[in-house]
Amino acid sequence: MIKNLTLSILSALMITAGGAFASGGGGGHIENVQFSFDGPFGKWDQNQLQRGLQVYTEVCAGCHGLQYVPLRTLTDLGYTDAEVRAYASQFEVYDAELDDTRPALPTDNFPKGGVAEAPDLSMMAKARAGFHGPYGLGLNQLFKGMGGPEYIVALLTGYTGEEIEEAGTTFYENDIFPGGKIAMGQPLWGEDVEYADGHSNDLHHEAEDVAAFLMWAAEPKLMVRKYVGFMGVFFLTLLSVLLYLTNKRLWKPIKGKTEA
Amino acid sequence: MSGIPHDHYEPKTGFEKWLHERLPIVSLVHSTMTIPTPKNLNWWWIWGIVLAFCLVLQIVTGIVLAMHYTPHVDLAFASIEHIMRDVNGGAVLRYVHMNGASLFFFAVYIHIFRGLFYGSYKAPREITWIVGMLIYLAMMATGFLGYVLPWGQMSFWGATVITGLFGAIPFVGEAIQTWLLGGPAVDNATLNRFFSLHYLLPFVIAALVIVHIWAFHTTGNNNPTGVDVRTKSKAEVEKDTLPFWPYFVIKDLFALAVILVIFFAVVGFMPNYLGHPDNYIEANPLVTPAHIVPEWYYLPFYAILRAFTSDVWVVQIASFVTGGIVDAKFFGVLAMFGSIFVMVLVPWLDTSNVRSGKYRPMFRWWFYLLVIDFIVLMWCGAQPAEPPYSTISLIGAGYWFAYFLVILPLLGVIEKPLPLPESIEEDFNNHYPSSQTPAE
Repeated sequence: MIKNLTLSILSALMITAGGAFASGGGGGHIENVQFSFDGPFGKWDQNQLQRGLQVYTEVCAGCHGLQYVPLRTLTDLGYTDAEVRAYASQFEVYDAELDDTRPALPTDNFPKGGVAEAPDLSMMAKARAGFHGPYGLGLNQLFKGMGGPEYIVALLTGYTGEEIEEAGTTFYENDIFPGGKIAMGQPLWGEDVEYADGHSNDLHHEAEDVAAFLMWAAEPKLMVRKYVGFMGVFFLTLLSVLLYLTNKRLWKPIKGKTEA
Repeated sequence: MSGIPHDHYEPKTGFEKWLHERLPIVSLVHSTMTIPTPKNLNWWWIWGIVLAFCLVLQIVTGIVLAMHYTPHVDLAFASIEHIMRDVNGGAVLRYVHMNGASLFFFAVYIHIFRGLFYGSYKAPREITWIVGMLIYLAMMATGFLGYVLPWGQMSFWGATVITGLFGAIPFVGEAIQTWLLGGPAVDNATLNRFFSLHYLLPFVIAALVIVHIWAFHTTGNNNPTGVDVRTKSKAEVEKDTLPFWPYFVIKDLFALAVILVIFFAVVGFMPNYLGHPDNYIEANPLVTPAHIVPEWYYLPFYAILRAFTSDVWVVQIASFVTGGIVDAKFFGVLAMFGSIFVMVLVPWLDTSNVRSGKYRPMFRWWFYLLVIDFIVLMWCGAQPAEPPYSTISLIGAGYWFAYFLVILPLLGVIEKPLPLPESIEEDFNNHYPSSQTPAE
């Protein structure tokens, strides 16, 4: 009797596996990165998020914005209210009531990017999929995750150093970016920032740190979500066992009874 | 409720009698819950309750999400992020609603294929089947409308492509498309009406579900043997059936709990697996995504839509015969809606007297092939419209129509069914033989 149920759930998984789609890529191979927040029990590494914020502030924020991320949520990264207030004040935001700009407050969001062509990075770690899976089945997404932060790491470390001139615009060759060339010049070279905690600041570490930070920016409620997932699985498993036993007992007098 | 003899509700206390004379609502609930149900129902019969659960889940989460959502092109995308970041429990609520739609469709597909295998659509259950198909169509509409609301890139371009289907209708297509969109292109008017209809349709579905249940409570459930419940006397009925409560309620709840374990694992650990990354980019009418793909549950029909290109001979014949009115695009639209319409007609296309596929040795292989065909089409729908996928889609679409229009009508004539069990009771006792020596 359980065989049929297992079968129907198996066919369930088979159908859903068809649900993940390949979206176009530059063809470059994207390596899996072991992030601290991977897997059902993964947690943010607050130090890494702080380092990532530093890379973002000192490098990315020059062109890009995080317009959907409220500055007050930086307390998630372990900063005090006063530190967040001090951090926020470095940004100038437009205030419609003043009809002028003023220093940002924690109640404001991060500002939009200053360069129109530079995409907003708020959801970038969810807006890209690093893994697509054999034949577009998305099976490796099932095991490694969507690969958004991995895509960011691969992109930031994927510059070949070649420049391509096209109709008066300079593009930079990048194996990861769709089409193989990107308008953004190589932003990180290694040792771009000086980490306060003395953590290694080579190119790969910087890229990983900022990717982790952007994952937080894209999915700030990741820990709550996993907790809810865990509690759901735990208590529903318990409920399933109880219902299984109830069902078994309920049907026992019916099954195997010989009728006259 | 049904023609199957069973105990009816008797009001006992004074209040119950008073109420019963004015509104027999307790009686209605009583007969719904105690309806005699074939005792040999297997685990493929649990998906109905999963579907009922999904409808309630989607309505409840949806009503709360609607409290925080803003249907305006400049604000919709930001209001989703507001839900994800600022609303208490908003992120989980939205992921439950998002994946709830997938569970809903997943369950409905198994439910439909269950019906197709066990012949649940055959007389006297044609109305149940047709109402079910209407529910499915309403679900497709609701899911599509809902996917537009976050106003991401896939929302926008999905809406553009799907409403474009109506634009393919000869002569009046463009006018219909403009009327549906509320303007020449997908814009604020579109978003507003889609939000309104996305809120309305689930209640239409709820009403249809009541009719669906009413219909099969009138005919009684089908069962894995397809053999009717014996209804000469109450004693006979009791040999073949058990009351819905508690036997099937508890069984279905157990299955639901197991399915929800998987559902919560998906919501908690991989909520974007079934979504598309591009929908985390705000809609931009000036930038077309590299691949526009609908949600996974539309993929088989999307593959059929795209399968009929202008180099396919049936399309060329249709185009020639109609003097070019039916072009490849319109043919594709007709094929897509036709692929659902042939399912609606299946009670009359299947000529076999035997309901259950268990006793149809040839049918079952064609049926398994249909399930494989469905999954292959789903995969093709996610691939770019180019060889070899276009060829595979065409073969898949061809089989889909052949199954309903050729194979089912023929099988009823040429197939020799296996002997059916005498009764549901016999089938049940064969499954669960007595532990003692069998009676002679």
